[in-house]
Order: sequence, then structure tokens, then C-alpha cells
Amino acid sequence: MQMVRMELSGTSQEILSARELGIVACTRCSKPAPMGTPTCSRCGHRLVSRDRLSLQRVWAYWTVGLMCYIPANTYPMLKTRTLFQVEESTIIGGAVELAQYGNWGIALIILFASVVIPLAKFMAVAFLAISVKRRSVTSQRQRHYLYELVEYIGRWSMIDIFVVAILSSLVQLKTLAAINPGVASIFFALSVIFTMLAAQAFDTRMIWDAQTKDEGPKTND
Amino acid sequence: MFRRCRYVTRPGIFVDTAGGGIIYPLRMDHPDTPLADLPMDELIVCPQCDAIYRLRRPAHGERAACERCHTALITPRQNAGLQIIAVAMAVMVLIIGAAVFPFLTIDAAGTSNAVSVLDAALAFSGGPMILLSLATAALIFFIPLLRVMLTLYVLIPVVLDRPAARHAVAAFRLSEELRPWSMAEIFAIGCAVALVKVADLADVGFGPAFYMFGALVVLVIAQDRFLCKWSVWNSLEHPKKS
Repeated sequence: MQMVRMELSGTSQEILSARELGIVACTRCSKPAPMGTPTCSRCGHRLVSRDRLSLQRVWAYWTVGLMCYIPANTYPMLKTRTLFQVEESTIIGGAVELAQYGNWGIALIILFASVVIPLAKFMAVAFLAISVKRRSVTSQRQRHYLYELVEYIGRWSMIDIFVVAILSSLVQLKTLAAINPGVASIFFALSVIFTMLAAQAFDTRMIWDAQTKDEGPKTND
Repeated sequence: MFRRCRYVTRPGIFVDTAGGGIIYPLRMDHPDTPLADLPMDELIVCPQCDAIYRLRRPAHGERAACERCHTALITPRQNAGLQIIAVAMAVMVLIIGAAVFPFLTIDAAGTSNAVSVLDAALAFSGGPMILLSLATAALIFFIPLLRVMLTLYVLIPVVLDRPAARHAVAAFRLSEELRPWSMAEIFAIGCAVALVKVADLADVGFGPAFYMFGALVVLVIAQDRFLCKWSVWNSLEHPKKS
């Protein structure tokens, strides 16, 4: 019964981390080794108990990703040429246009997938990176779940680029109509890639450290 | 998505209700053992949250998940190796087929156009856009193909109880590193989205590659589910069954 209570209260005091036992584990193949071992004997991965440079890399990738996201929205994503006119539309512009034609559903989906989700990803990564530095109100399990969500959704943002690729290769109907990719597509792709790199650079083990640190600092790195 | 309900059968033993896996928190198992004295071979550490456990190999079909962050640690399956090899071969054929055959055709007012996956990847042209073309081709074709071939290269000797292939460790490492960058299934969903967008403008038809991509999505997901990374690493470390 004691265990049940422990589960419900959401704390994880009964579970020890490898670091507390002077053990460093491989993040790739989960093999443990004594602290101080440079590389994993099983898979050759570099062994670091906590990646101290992790946050710096997260913020570096995050910043580049955010910088790429701005031109991704200001430049045109698609150039549509029909019989009488050439039209260049940005992501938001395209969605607004769809809404004006009455396609509210599709417009909202596009806005959600290409604007809300990327911005939410930036905020989530920033939140996680800040939360390991200071005491956080949200539980460790919630933050870990948030990380897994960000990591899972990250790759799916490339779908925008693939749709542009499919549309511009498919709709090439000589004089009738043609769709070509705009400059924004390259910035959008870069933004997605750097956000993925930022999420991958984050050392999730730090989420679970905040609590153990309060109980007594550990000196070994 | 990653959460599992659990109940307690005996103090210290958690049963994962979703998969039936059993995992023993270290302290509960051996309350009196000096923790740092335990041999490394008997420990497993969650790569996501650094929780440490006494290693117990779950039976086939069970799954051992981290008690703290619910990351699946060991998920052995009966004949998983053979299943993965079969699926990987199917995926390889489908990727090559899907890349060569046209996957969508369009028809509007007498003009028509058919595109293959490589056409789509090479849609970005002119100046720096070439880089995007190369990246797209890599993400939807070359990386998935490479991953499948690496998987076959690593797993076939393991399943046949042969010594591990040369550089198998490096091959499996590369395959795992490329995992997030293999986006064939995302491209497949992208096809569906593009269809919705074009359906108003013109008549869109499906080429044979479209159905190949449909099957590919299912198989890629199945392959990732069957694969127990820990088991592969373990068999690469101890290659021969004695």
C-alpha cells in the first residue's frame, strides 16, 4: 500500500538516479559504467553524467530556429501562376485567403499546424530549458511528458515543406497553372531542423535532478 | 501516448498493465545491499531520466518500463528479429518502388502531369533552393533507405546466431542516430494534405507509388515498435549464444 501512495503523490524519492550512486550511464544503449569512464564499452558513445553544455546548445539552436522562423512567415511560401495572374502567398496570407473564400476549416488547420504548433514548440523548449535552472511549479513527470511531445511533434512540422514540394512538382500544367516554391520554404525547413536539434540537445536527465539537488548537492560530475 | 497505468501485486513489484512487463525498483529488491557495490552487469539505467534499476529481463511479450518517466527500457518479443528483417525487406522494396513509380497524376483541361517521389524532392530549384531539394531527397528517400539497409546488416547475423557483422556497432549507432531524420511516413501524410489542396483545382489520380507509400507508413511504424534497442545492443555485446 505504501507503494501505491508513492505513485499517487507523484514523487519519485524511492527511485535513485545513477548519478547518486557514482554511476554514469550511456544515453544511447543504457549501459551503466563507473563515473569517470570516458566512453561506453558497448556502443562507444561518449559518457557524460550531465551534459553541462547541453543548455548552451539548446539556446543556440533555439535562437537560430527562431531567427529562421521570421523570414519563413514574411516571405512567400508559394508562387501560384494561373492563366491571368501570378500570386505570391505567405503562410498566414494563404490561410486568410482561404478563410475569405469560406474555407474556415482548412484555414484554421493551416494556421494551427504552421503557426500555432511551431510557436508552441519554441515556447515549450524555452520553458524546459528555463525550468531546469530554477524551481518549477509543474511536476517533473509533466515536463518530461512535454519534452516527449515536443520531440515527437518536431519532425511532423516538415510536412509543410513536403506539401510545398508535392504541390510544386505536381501542379505544372504548362500555360494553365503552375505552383512554385517560394523563398520562405527554405527558411521554414531550417527553422524546423534547428528546433529539432534544439530538442535533441536538451539533456532530459536534468529535469529529474532539480529535486535531488535540494536534498544535498553532489560533487562528482 | 507514453503513459501506462500500473497496479501493485506485491510490494516493490510493478506490473505494467499495458504490456505486462515487470520491473523492480532497485531499493525494494535489495534493501540492505550497499547500492554502489552492485555489479554493473546487474544494473540498467533509464537513458531519459537516469533512474537506476536492477536488471531483470522481462519474458517475451512483456515490457519493462521506467517507473519514473515511463520510457520503455526493454521490450522483447518472440521472433522479433525475424519479424523486423521481414518488415525491413518489405520497406526496402517499397521505398525503391515508391521512388521510381509515379505516385500522383493530375489532369486539368487536357493537360496532365505525373510525378514520382524524386520529382517532388527535386521541386526546389534555383540558387540555395537546391540545398532544400537535396535535404528533402535525403529525408524522404536516402535516409529511410539507408536505415533499412543498416538494420538488415546488423540484425541478420544476430538472428542467425552468427558473430556480429563487421562494424555492426557503428552501423546500429548510425541507424539510431538517423531515426528522427527518416521522414518517409511524414511525406506520405503530406501527400494526403496536398491532395486535399489540389482536389478543387484539378482531377487528381493515384499512381501505384501512392499505395506503396500507404503500406510504407504502417510498416515503418511496425518496425519501430518491434525493435527492442536494448536487446540489439545486448546481443551485439555478447554475440554468440553459448
